[in-house]
Amino acid sequence: MVEFETALLVIAGAFVVFAIVSLYRVFAGPTPFDRIIAVNVVGTNTVIAISLVAGAFDQSVFLDVALVYALLNFLLSIAFSKFTVERGGVL
Amino acid sequence: MTPTEWAIVALAALGAFFGGVAAIGIVRLPDVYTRAHAASKSDTLGAVLALAAVALAIQTNLSTVKAVFLLLFMFLTNPTAAHAIARAAADQGIQPWTVEDGEGDR
Repeated sequence: MVEFETALLVIAGAFVVFAIVSLYRVFAGPTPFDRIIAVNVVGTNTVIAISLVAGAFDQSVFLDVALVYALLNFLLSIAFSKFTVERGGVL
Repeated sequence: MTPTEWAIVALAALGAFFGGVAAIGIVRLPDVYTRAHAASKSDTLGAVLALAAVALAIQTNLSTVKAVFLLLFMFLTNPTAAHAIARAAADQGIQPWTVEDGEGDR
């Protein structure tokens, strides 16, 4: 049982590492759209890491945190893509 | 470990593989549209696999429903956000990357 929780925590750590790797594109992206796509990927990896920690420790409260985080992540992308076009036509 | 736990770890490891593919694509691909492609496809598949693992791992009933809802939400919103960003980039006049732009143009 201990090995199982350790495996889930290691995979959550792998997702954190992937988020840090794609944080390179946030700093180095040539256009703002590169940056916002990379921020979206970082948020998705954060949601997965929170959910995997919830599964490893059997703490279902963390799933609520992950749901709210995913909603805010989606809202960020939609708001950005709506406010960068001139007359607000995307979606 | 029981077979259910092996299935959970295998699903999560497969999700981690696709998350790694998405991270490599975000860093290495040459264009905003190709990066949106990597972010929408690979990262969505990795998220869905990892959240399926979480939905199997969580014990209580209501939390499993919550994990499945989170999975469906990710499955719907992640490509939608990538599509909206790519469409905003196209509206701003960013040209797609072609072979004539050079090999080392990153």
